[in-house]
Amino acid sequence: MTARRIHIATAGSKRLAFTFDGQPLQGVAGDTIASALLGVGVRIVGRSFKYHRPRGVWGGWTDDPNAIFDVSLAGVTKPNVQGTATLLEDGMIVRSVNSWPTARFDVKAGLDLLSPFLPAGFYYKMFKWPDWHLFEPAIRKMAGLGRVGPDVADGPDGLQIHDQCDVLVVGGGPAGLSAARAAAHAGQDVVLVDDHPDVGGSLRDNPCQIDGTAPAVWITPQTDAIKAAGGRIMARTTAFGIYDHSLISLHQTAPFATHPKLIRMRAGRVILATGAIDRPVVFGNNDLPGVMSLRGAAAYLHRHDVLTGTDITLLASAQDVAHFGPMFERAGAQVRVLPLETEGLRAVGRGKVRALSYGTNRHHADAVLCSAGLSPLVHLWCHAGGQLEWDAGRGAFLPGAGPDHLSIVGGARGANDLDQSIDDGHKAATGQTPAPLPSIAPLPTTPKPSRARQWIDLQNDVTTKDVALAAQENFASVEHLKRYTTLGMATDQGKTSNVNGLTALAVQLGKPIADVGTTRFRPPYVPVPLQLYRGARSSTQIAPLQRSVLEPQIRALGGAMAEYGGWLRPAWYGDDMTTAIAQECAQARNDVAMLDASSLGKIEVMGPDAAGFLNFVYYNSIANLPAGKIRYGFMLTERGIIYDDGVMARLDENHFVVSCSSSHVSGVTALLEAWRQDGHDPDRVFVHNVTQAWATVTVTGPKARDVVAALDLGIDLQAEAFAHMSLRLGTYDGMPVRVCRVSFTGELSFEISIARDSAPNLWDHVHQLGATPIGMEATSILRAEKGYIIIGKDTDGETMPQDLGLIGPRDRKTQPYVGNRGLQTPVAKATGRQQLVGLAVPEGATQLPTGAHLTAAGKSIGYVTSSYLSPTLGHPIALGLVQDGLSRLNADLTVYHLGENRSARIVPACWYDPKGDRLNA
Amino acid sequence: MQRFPCPFCGLRDEREFSYVGDFGKVRPDTKARVSDAEWAAYLYDQKNPKGQSTEIWVHLPCQEYFKMTRDTVSMDVIDAAPLRKPAQ
Amino acid sequence: MKYSAFSILREGLRGHRGWAKAWHNPTPKDTYDVVIIGGGGHGLATAYYLAKNHGVSRVAVIEKGWLGGGNTGRNTTAIRSNYFYPQSTALYDLSVRLYEDLSRELNYNVMFSQRGIMTLAHSEPDMEMAARQVNAMQLGGVDAELLNRDQVRKYAPLLNFRDDARFPIHGATWQGRAGTGRHDAVAWGYARAADSLGVDIIQNCAVTGVLIEGGVCKGVETSQGLIRAGKVGAAVAGHSTNLADMAGYSLPIHSYALQAFVSEPVKPVMNTVALSPALGVYFSQSDKGGIVVGGGLDRVPSYGQRGNTPMHDVVLGGLVEMAPILAKVKLLRHWGGIVDVTPDSSPIIGPSPVPGLYLNCGWGTGGFKAIPAGGYLFAHLLARDSHHEISRPFDLDRFQTGHLIDESAASGIAH
Repeated sequence: MTARRIHIATAGSKRLAFTFDGQPLQGVAGDTIASALLGVGVRIVGRSFKYHRPRGVWGGWTDDPNAIFDVSLAGVTKPNVQGTATLLEDGMIVRSVNSWPTARFDVKAGLDLLSPFLPAGFYYKMFKWPDWHLFEPAIRKMAGLGRVGPDVADGPDGLQIHDQCDVLVVGGGPAGLSAARAAAHAGQDVVLVDDHPDVGGSLRDNPCQIDGTAPAVWITPQTDAIKAAGGRIMARTTAFGIYDHSLISLHQTAPFATHPKLIRMRAGRVILATGAIDRPVVFGNNDLPGVMSLRGAAAYLHRHDVLTGTDITLLASAQDVAHFGPMFERAGAQVRVLPLETEGLRAVGRGKVRALSYGTNRHHADAVLCSAGLSPLVHLWCHAGGQLEWDAGRGAFLPGAGPDHLSIVGGARGANDLDQSIDDGHKAATGQTPAPLPSIAPLPTTPKPSRARQWIDLQNDVTTKDVALAAQENFASVEHLKRYTTLGMATDQGKTSNVNGLTALAVQLGKPIADVGTTRFRPPYVPVPLQLYRGARSSTQIAPLQRSVLEPQIRALGGAMAEYGGWLRPAWYGDDMTTAIAQECAQARNDVAMLDASSLGKIEVMGPDAAGFLNFVYYNSIANLPAGKIRYGFMLTERGIIYDDGVMARLDENHFVVSCSSSHVSGVTALLEAWRQDGHDPDRVFVHNVTQAWATVTVTGPKARDVVAALDLGIDLQAEAFAHMSLRLGTYDGMPVRVCRVSFTGELSFEISIARDSAPNLWDHVHQLGATPIGMEATSILRAEKGYIIIGKDTDGETMPQDLGLIGPRDRKTQPYVGNRGLQTPVAKATGRQQLVGLAVPEGATQLPTGAHLTAAGKSIGYVTSSYLSPTLGHPIALGLVQDGLSRLNADLTVYHLGENRSARIVPACWYDPKGDRLNA
Repeated sequence: MQRFPCPFCGLRDEREFSYVGDFGKVRPDTKARVSDAEWAAYLYDQKNPKGQSTEIWVHLPCQEYFKMTRDTVSMDVIDAAPLRKPAQ
Repeated sequence: MKYSAFSILREGLRGHRGWAKAWHNPTPKDTYDVVIIGGGGHGLATAYYLAKNHGVSRVAVIEKGWLGGGNTGRNTTAIRSNYFYPQSTALYDLSVRLYEDLSRELNYNVMFSQRGIMTLAHSEPDMEMAARQVNAMQLGGVDAELLNRDQVRKYAPLLNFRDDARFPIHGATWQGRAGTGRHDAVAWGYARAADSLGVDIIQNCAVTGVLIEGGVCKGVETSQGLIRAGKVGAAVAGHSTNLADMAGYSLPIHSYALQAFVSEPVKPVMNTVALSPALGVYFSQSDKGGIVVGGGLDRVPSYGQRGNTPMHDVVLGGLVEMAPILAKVKLLRHWGGIVDVTPDSSPIIGPSPVPGLYLNCGWGTGGFKAIPAGGYLFAHLLARDSHHEISRPFDLDRFQTGHLIDESAASGIAH
């Protein structure tokens, strides 16, 4: 016989069908996958990572390193599902990992025979010749656990919830229930979380009389009292990380195929009542299926009616034996006991334990239930910066000093007595100092020598010999041990292997464990699905695009939308890109065109110091700009690098509007605010970003004046009255408008800004008056024909104003401005700076690829920043940044692109209307 | 997720804030001679203390710059105060 | 003892009793020719090359914790030289070339796996920037290719190829010689090789002060006593400012936590390294099967070696957007390292303002890939008191001249 279901409490429960490695099986409602497998006598649930040794269930909950499965249900497949902590659902398809065809018959089982030649870190010593790449593919195929299914959830993948409470209690065992009840009673807003489907913790694993009653009878009044006092209880909720400022991440699981929740709880105080788990006993062949955690076996018995063996040997302290032995006997098992200090102990069996042998003795056993003492679950304590102290008596790291907002109670602090746990919880919740722990005599935990291998990390196949080898080779720091042997690096993060590994190392080094130390516990406490972190943010919600109020109008006209600098804007109008762009360019050059310029920044700068302030922040002189006039200028970084270009319009003495590029609105606003508040008198200048409040319709082309005149804005539009680079205020349909004569196309242009709600009417009106809408691609070509730059495209993070030939302010502006000192550094004055030039191709040649490099003697001396086939000119044009380009006019250079060379000539960076007659018309 | 105290809006999520720089840096008067070394020190050198650090931060939603003292190891916030002069 | 398949076989037959210590635990001597502060990859590599290339054998490496325990053992193990500026390319490609032969040189398998790195382009302007980058690399003598969408799909079919993705994939830059390595093995390999050349590696020895006599650095005060040195080299990523404070100079360095993430091991689904600059995420899959994920710096400057939650949503949420099938894979562990960040995100190699004390710092997010070159060049500087031509542009003086080497400014490639 082996493990089986003894139907007592679960007799009437619903049956759940599932398959394991293809075999149809049945569990009962309330089962975990592991309890269902044990209930039908399955011993081998998987294979170990390195040697493909057979593995059975070790633990009763998240401390188990072995029962890892790929599970499918309702079209959802998840890899590496922890079978001991996942509830069984009807129809689950469960497959063992790291085995083929099944866990029981695994073709790679023979690898174990090679284990003498695969010691810890063997791969560091070999596979160097001729080359690692020869060996790596095979090793990669061998490694890994589960398989990632191809299914992809559409839409939101998980929920993220932010919550807060006065007191968060982690763990719903006796200490946690007691703490939560006391805190709730004291009027605190309490949340109690437990990762099981129900609270009760060790009382359910390991029932014993409490206050003279059965545990279930005790638990209900506690939960009732907590809820009655306003407390919340969250089951199936794992606290997996504590982060700065007392933020606790909670993972709330739901039925298998549904989305989990991430709750980020901000707690005033945190009480950790996370309990403790069995420490495995290290003896020969202790990895055989059937060797189990004592408390795990008790949990299978009491939670699931599963008796893990009929011929059970207990390998535990006398106290544990006295407590647990009768339970298994009452359930119908024969129980034998071996003391922990038994010399030469080893398990015997193939695929499962059949007997125990020690010295000349041997006895039958189908289950060996072990506990070398308890390891408190102090992971969260450590996440929050709590210290650990070695307690020799308990053979465990207990919490030492910790942060003020954190308490740790019950088994998690080493209190293994029920009354003390309940007292701990109460005291922590009411601000009292916990009673000191009684000191106890140490259990014999040192592994005894054995001929057979003694396993420490069951998933990663680390034995005492591996630890000895690491010590022999001087990997003597615990972190070196962990990394060299992979001990504790499996998916259970060393919950069971940590202390035994340290003990083995301490023995090797001849040092006390306290001096050996321990590795850092890092979040998450248990692995959590990556989808938790996505929450509901997928696709466009990740980085939302900014959109114009005119988008419906633009779409109605056939605008082909695309992203430009974070804004959704029309690339062109119509179906055929090439034709559309050419026609749009022609309309702007010969007739009249319109475009949506709403995304351009509109930042108001006001106040008695506004002029001086802008004069400081901008490269160009602003102080002497007359009211009603507009000036083009650069915003530099303190290094002297061009950060943004834009136009400043002066409305009156103390009122300016800064128009920056679309993608820099928030950046420019932030820089203006930074200089305003940290460097100026913030009461004498104000900065107000009104980009979203005003929309802008630009009318451009030789016939623009006629269209704008028909809008009846109340502005004299004649060139003498309203010159290029000036601004006039008017009204459209009763709404104020600001009209700027600035031009990005090189044609006569009017930029009309109006309150956003009125913009659609204005847009429609302009369109009815005969203007052709043009998109960003045509606009880019038109501006390139004029040699107008786009910051960040035709400049880079090294470009200074002089590289564009704009040296006036550098040489003449006397007042300090941002970047002025940077323009005097050696790099600013160096030769060989990359300067912006035009590039022409030989007659008949095709356009240069953007991103091609200009070369001299095979070395890059610059690159093509913009390149188009100009519909206006009928030949390609390009802009580029070239070392000393401004002094190389008419030089022929080699252009390199993806392995091919061609030639181009440096020309002035303006092909169209260089005198600006059309602009000023 | 840390929480920082904006002196104007109260305790808010760290994602609403942006680090600006060391507190107390004064731009050299560029009308006078500023050596390359002095300029580089102003522009680039960081106090970068391990422990208590006094810095300028901005609370993005309200756009107010303020002074905050915090511990760069424990992440405790020690003090936050407006940058501007108190109203006279 | 020489490591080989043969020695493993021989030792396997006799119970592995013959393996010697990988390095020793020497007691510090009173004086050395060179003391290196920091037993991470850079410090250990420097010691190795000092002994190997320059015949300087009286060298000590002083480590306050365990060797390789800083950022060397906390990174995402990417190794690449896909840079834009020739200065960067020269530096990082020296490193890649040294890595290519490192396992055989050190007689230690550092598992440099040249599985290639792709940097995704999510738009046509991105593709133009990618072309600019690829051309720069090819002209600089470094392997690079421009991939189209179909080629990207061939290398990494798990990526998000939906047309309606927020950041659709148009193509990528590709460096086939790039890849990943086994980070601990790099530290251990250099340590073992340096130890065998007579270098003293002194662990658990914290530097408490810098000995300055007559304005010149003459050694260090440590938790194990005063150690005099002809020259002192500091390779203390993350804590360069603390050392500067001890020695009395300032640095243009800010310390930030950089986080990394690893999932549970799964069977191979990703055979290369992919980076999305738009999402701020890159990932690969380790030989053990874990998905290794990295992103940008934390928002808040700090020395907290743990990192903070806002970056988790950015990086892991971004990863799921980048490779949707990974949604159900579980995060196994996350951690943070403290990195030195300079204004141009390029490293500093050169003399410090205090004569006798030299700097190797400021590697920011990319120190691991540069370990061999960092050590090689720093050893050259310490042995000869003058720069190797490759390290010259990375001198501290660039902040005064303004000759910064700012990759992010030029190439659109996340640094």
